[in-house]
Amino acid sequence: MGGGGVTERAAADVVLCPGGPMLVRGARHVVDADGTRHPVDRPVVAVCRCELSATLPWCDATHKRLPDERRPR
Amino acid sequence: MHIPSPRGKLSACVAEVLRQQQVGPIDASFAESDEDAALSLWILHELSYSGFADVDDGLEWDIGLVTLRLELEAALEAQLRDRFPGPPEPSDDLVAAFFGYVETHDGPSLAGHVHTDGTDEQVLELLRWRSVYHLKETDPSAFVLARLPRPARAALAELLYDEYGAGRPERLHSHLFAEAMRSVGLDPERGYVDDVPLEVLELNNAVTMFGLHRRLRGAAMGHLAAFECTSSVPSRRLVRGLQRLGFPPPVIDYYEEHVLADAVHEQVAVRDIVSPLVTEDPRQLEDVFFGAFTCLDQEARVARVLLDRWGVAA
Repeated sequence: MGGGGVTERAAADVVLCPGGPMLVRGARHVVDADGTRHPVDRPVVAVCRCELSATLPWCDATHKRLPDERRPR
Repeated sequence: MHIPSPRGKLSACVAEVLRQQQVGPIDASFAESDEDAALSLWILHELSYSGFADVDDGLEWDIGLVTLRLELEAALEAQLRDRFPGPPEPSDDLVAAFFGYVETHDGPSLAGHVHTDGTDEQVLELLRWRSVYHLKETDPSAFVLARLPRPARAALAELLYDEYGAGRPERLHSHLFAEAMRSVGLDPERGYVDDVPLEVLELNNAVTMFGLHRRLRGAAMGHLAAFECTSSVPSRRLVRGLQRLGFPPPVIDYYEEHVLADAVHEQVAVRDIVSPLVTEDPRQLEDVFFGAFTCLDQEARVARVLLDRWGVAA
């Protein structure tokens, strides 16, 4: 089965979700393109890849409003 | 919490049994209406959560009450399966198929109305109705944890850890909702079950039934994943509406938390819970979509009732 969902999770600290965000497990800070440090206070965070989130650097599911061809690969 | 006010003979009898005022046999045929049956089941399910003040905790497993619970659940499950049109066409990419299924079953948007046109009174009504679920947010899924195969179980534990505050009691999502209620003068201890219609009772009964029966674990996880997939975007619109109306920070914080948390949870729920669950046991596929459909269909039913009450075209 495709979609990358069936593999064991042990090595998956960073997961690029097709059409969606990048999941990051166990991070303490994320530094954005401007050099701003964003503290992480949850076990997994979703980092925006479509760059249209209203809460950058975090995903807010805005990618769902994009047509398939404009979503992140 | 106190036992809600009866809505017919069956719920009145259930309340009397819980107060130890009646010991005679009762059965589902006592129900005078769908609402009476749904409230009775909601009351019986509450015995598996926090229970009621002055009700013996042991009644959760009283043989007569469990028998009644199973009768009411069988009728509910039959009704829900009757509404379910069946799973989508088979696909070799379950993750994409699941996201696609949810996107094509989008119902009327309460959040869209609150965003642009909702009033203070409408938001307060929405909070009272939602409180029946949000005050036990995630608890139905927690019942399922021990019943999942290993990869799905690890992923659900990760999701639940976040829902339950990641080690910080003050960040439990159900607690955040209780704080939001208090900030607008609502009383989470009192509860607002008496205020909600059949559709809200039925929505809560379905998710509890899915959680309590190991047989329905696929439906429980499909429901969870569909719920998470339809939360971030509406939560953002609610935040904008709440800001427009000047609601206090705890209410806005609750929904802001769900914009971010559920953008993570939808990915975890679909990729790491539902997908490996079905890979491990392909027979779960149909129930995963049954649970997802039930979530989306019941949310749409509640939205239509509420928008109709508010005089808004759905």
